[in-house]
Amino acid sequence: MGNLSRMPEPLREAVGNLLLAMADEEVLIGHRDSEWVGHAPILEADIAIASIAQDEIGHAILWYSLLQELGWPDPDRMAYFRDPPEFRNATLVELPRGDWAFTVVRQFLFDFAEKVRLEALMGSAWTPLAEAAAKVRREETYHLMHSRAWIARLGDATEESHQRMQAALDLAWPHALGLFEPAPGEALRVAEGIQPPEAELRARWEAEVRPILEAASLVIPQAEPIYGGRAGRHTEHLASLLADFQLVARSGLGETW
Amino acid sequence: MLTYRIHGQMVPVPEQAPPPQEGPEYEARLAEFEARIARGEKIEPTDWMPEEYRRQLIRMISQHAHSEVVGMLPEGRWIPHAPTLRRKLILIAKVQDEGGHGQLLYRAAETLGVTREEMIEALLAGKAKYSVVFNYPTPTWADVAAIGLLIDGAAVVNQLMLAQGSYGPYARAMKRICYEESFHIKQGYDAFVALATGTPAQRQMIQEAVNRWWYPALMLFGPSDRDSVHTPTLLRWRIKTKTNDELRQEFVDQYAPMVLRLGLTLPDPNLRYDPETGHWRFSEPDWEEFWQVIKGNGPCNAERMAARRRAHEEGRWVREALAAKAARQANGGGDGRYAMASL
Repeated sequence: MGNLSRMPEPLREAVGNLLLAMADEEVLIGHRDSEWVGHAPILEADIAIASIAQDEIGHAILWYSLLQELGWPDPDRMAYFRDPPEFRNATLVELPRGDWAFTVVRQFLFDFAEKVRLEALMGSAWTPLAEAAAKVRREETYHLMHSRAWIARLGDATEESHQRMQAALDLAWPHALGLFEPAPGEALRVAEGIQPPEAELRARWEAEVRPILEAASLVIPQAEPIYGGRAGRHTEHLASLLADFQLVARSGLGETW
Repeated sequence: MLTYRIHGQMVPVPEQAPPPQEGPEYEARLAEFEARIARGEKIEPTDWMPEEYRRQLIRMISQHAHSEVVGMLPEGRWIPHAPTLRRKLILIAKVQDEGGHGQLLYRAAETLGVTREEMIEALLAGKAKYSVVFNYPTPTWADVAAIGLLIDGAAVVNQLMLAQGSYGPYARAMKRICYEESFHIKQGYDAFVALATGTPAQRQMIQEAVNRWWYPALMLFGPSDRDSVHTPTLLRWRIKTKTNDELRQEFVDQYAPMVLRLGLTLPDPNLRYDPETGHWRFSEPDWEEFWQVIKGNGPCNAERMAARRRAHEEGRWVREALAAKAARQANGGGDGRYAMASL
C-alpha cells in the first residue's frame, strides 16, 4: 500500500496519529539533548550528544514530512506553531534535561523503544512508512551502542553514579511506559497491517532493556505507566519547553528566518 | 600550575620567557632549527626546539583551544530558540564543530607535553586566556548570524595564516579547521542574508547585531602591532606569518564591502575605501576596552567562566565514575559485557 490519495479517510487519520506521536517525540528529545551542547561532562560526550540531537531532529523532519504528504502542515509549522495540547508525545521526552544520569537513562529507554517500533514498522503495509523506518533504524545503531554503553558505565561505577542512575530510572520509567500508550486509531492500524499492537511492542522493549539495566545493578521500579501524552495531556514542562523552542519563530518579527 | 613534560619530568610552564640558553652547542642547534624554518620545513613534536618556541606554542594553542570551547557558549545559548528546524540543526552542528576544534587543538597542544586536564584547570582557575570576543553578549537571534559572518570570518582570516605556521601538528589542525569553518561562514552568511533581506524588524535586529560585533571582530586579531609583545618572536619562528594589523586589514578589506552590499552600515564614521592603496581605511577598536576585557572586566567574562565551571563541577561525578570503571576493568574486575572502546 503506497498510494496516499487512495488511503480512506479514517485510516489516513489513524496513520497520522501514529506519525504525529513519533515526530513530536523525536523533535522534543532532540531539543532536550541539544540543551547539553557546551555543557556536557566531557568534550567527547558533548560532541556525541550534539550528534544524537541532530539525528533525532532529522528523524522528526522525516516523520513530519510523511505527515505533510498525508495532508498535515509543513514540518516547521508543526514544530513551531502548535500549543502543548496539540502535541502527541509521551511525557518522557518533555521532562527537563536533569543531570547527565537522567539524560542517558531517558535516552536509553527512548532509543530502545524506537528500535522495537522501527523494526516492527519496517514490515508495515504502508510502504512509505516501512521504507522510512528502515532508513531511521540504520541510523539508530550508533545511538543504541552509545546509550547502552553509558548505562553500563555509570550504573554501578561509584556509589554516587549508582544513586543518580537509580533515581533517574525511578523518575523516567513510568513516563517511558507512556511511549506505548496507543495513539487513537490503534485497532484500525493493526487491522490494516500498519503496525503491531503497542502492548506487543512494550513486551519486546522490556525484554531488551531489562537485562541491560539489571546487569548495571539498577532496579526496575514497579510503577504504573503515565499516560495522557497521546491525548494531548502533558506535564507543565512542555509549556516552558515550547516557550523556549518557539520564542523567535513566534515573535512576529518575521515570516522567514 | 600548568606543567609539561621535558625529558620525562613534569616541569612548570614558565610564566615569563626562560633565561636565554647559551653555549656553542645551543647556538648550533638554534641555527639549524631556524634554517629549517627558513626552508619552510615543519617542526615536529620530537624535533629539537628552543624552550621559548615550545612555551609560545603552548600559550597560543591552549588559548586557541579554550577559545573554541568557551566560544560554544554565546551561540549555544540560541540553540533552544533557533527559529526553524533547519537553523536548529545547523546551529547544533556548528557549535558541535567548535567543541571538535577544541578537542583537536588540545591534542595539538598535548604533543608539546602539556595535558588537557592541566590546560582546563588553568582555564577554570582564571590563569589561561581565551579570545576576548566571547565575553560579549548575544542578546538576539541576529547575534548568531552576526557571529557566523563576522567572528567566523575573522577567525578564518587568522587561521588560514596559522595553517602556514612552522609547527606541524598546529598547522595541520588549522588546515582541517579552516575547511570546516568555510561551512560555518556559508551558513552564517545565509542566516545573515535572511535577516538583512527580511522585514524591517529583522533588518533592524541584524543592524544592531552588526553594530555590536564589528569591533569585537576587529579585536579578535589581538592588540595593535605597537603593543603586541609576542609578535616579533612569533614571526621569527613562523608560528605566525602575518602581524595582527596585517590580518585586521585583510579582514576589513574582505568583510566591510560584504556587509555594506547588503544595505547595512558599519559603526565606523571613518570607514572608506581608499582607491590609492586599494584598502579600506577604518578606525581601530577601543584598546582601553580591549585590555579591560582581557583583564576579565568584559560584559560576560564572569558569566562565561561561571558556565564552564558549573559544567565542570556538575560533570565531576561522571568523570570520576568513568575513571573508577576503567580502573576496575583494568584490574580484571567487572564483566565488561558492554565495554566498548573508550569514549
